[in-house]
Amino acid sequence: MARKSTDTDMTPFVDIAFLILSFFIMATKFKPPEPIPVTTPNSVSSAILKEENNMLITMDKDSKVYISINAKKDPEKLTTIIEDLNTSRSLGLSPAEIQNFKKTLMVGVPFASLKTLLDLPADKQAGVSQPGIPVLDTLNNELIWWIAATKRAFANEKLLYLIKGDNSSKYPTFEAVINAMRKNEEFKYNLVTSQEGAPEGTELFVERLKK
Amino acid sequence: MASIDSGGGDSGHKKGPGVKKAKKLSTRVDMTPMVDLGFLLITFFIFTATMSSPTTMDLNMPKESDKKEDETKIKQSGALTILLGKNNKVYYYEGELTETGSNFTPTDFVGIRKEIIKKKQEVIKNYTPEPKDEELKQKAKERKDPNWEKAALDKDFVVVIKANEDATYKNTVDILDEMTINAVKRFAMVKITDTENKLIKATEGQ
Repeated sequence: MARKSTDTDMTPFVDIAFLILSFFIMATKFKPPEPIPVTTPNSVSSAILKEENNMLITMDKDSKVYISINAKKDPEKLTTIIEDLNTSRSLGLSPAEIQNFKKTLMVGVPFASLKTLLDLPADKQAGVSQPGIPVLDTLNNELIWWIAATKRAFANEKLLYLIKGDNSSKYPTFEAVINAMRKNEEFKYNLVTSQEGAPEGTELFVERLKK
Repeated sequence: MASIDSGGGDSGHKKGPGVKKAKKLSTRVDMTPMVDLGFLLITFFIFTATMSSPTTMDLNMPKESDKKEDETKIKQSGALTILLGKNNKVYYYEGELTETGSNFTPTDFVGIRKEIIKKKQEVIKNYTPEPKDEELKQKAKERKDPNWEKAALDKDFVVVIKANEDATYKNTVDILDEMTINAVKRFAMVKITDTENKLIKATEGQ
């Protein structure tokens, strides 16, 4: 009896594999580097986050507050902001430190230790544990200054305020962030969330079904 | 098979000892390394892919005003106050909090949805038309709201959200979500009072 060959034709299999591969290559959008892991809460909101100039206020799981400013078109804005703060808060930063701010991904230190943070090269900053921007003290809510400086720098442009909080960050921190916004006469912000469907049987569910 | 025969006669068909047929090279290539690499890339992209892009929830806060007369008056009959406490607990009371705290009820996120729906129905049932309702209807019509005729029905329904220091950000987003889910048009986030916080603490302590 002739021995049957164990060879199978792998061509269709390989075809599919490469099809999947090309799909993933095209669909992938790389995650922007995140120095602080944050698990955002789910919400039924379906508006996709727009890629625009934004000021991102992050609250991590220990309720520490960090900010990062993303100027999509004009990175020089960051220099304007830090120079503004340098004068208004007399931080005493050197020109090199001001330049370094542009590369800094996230700031989570009080003004007093900002100089120390900016002394470090940008790639080393990720390893440093930052204490968070002080917000809970109503008399010394440093976030107010950050927002004020950013608002001034983006005076003629559209700027989104994004608040990205971890599931387990505490409410008083969120309230303090909102208060800092309010002090700057900013009343519109976006909360970054992950998507989830509307629960069945509710008004929103019915409304979405109609569409 | 088509082949060019340059020799004359039957030289091309000669078979026998001493005549070597040119060895045909196989066109088959070993594809295993390529497939291996392909799958390696697939796994890499699967792991790095961010499929769900983050969404945002718009939040508009009212302007803070020092003037008393600017404050929005709410009808106690249509007010529902939701309080957020520790361990994802939710508390609520309708209208004004009684001195004994008898209308202060603990629940959770499942229960609060039922309560919001119940309260909304109740407000809609007790609706009394007012001249300024026409304005609300017109506004809804301009927004191309399909239910614009019903826009004024729940005008008295206001949810007040108060969270104490033990509530998490997730709770806050969840309750704001609940407002969207149940189409609550008017809600406000207000600072918790000491009396309310004490009631929460007392309930938690049990």
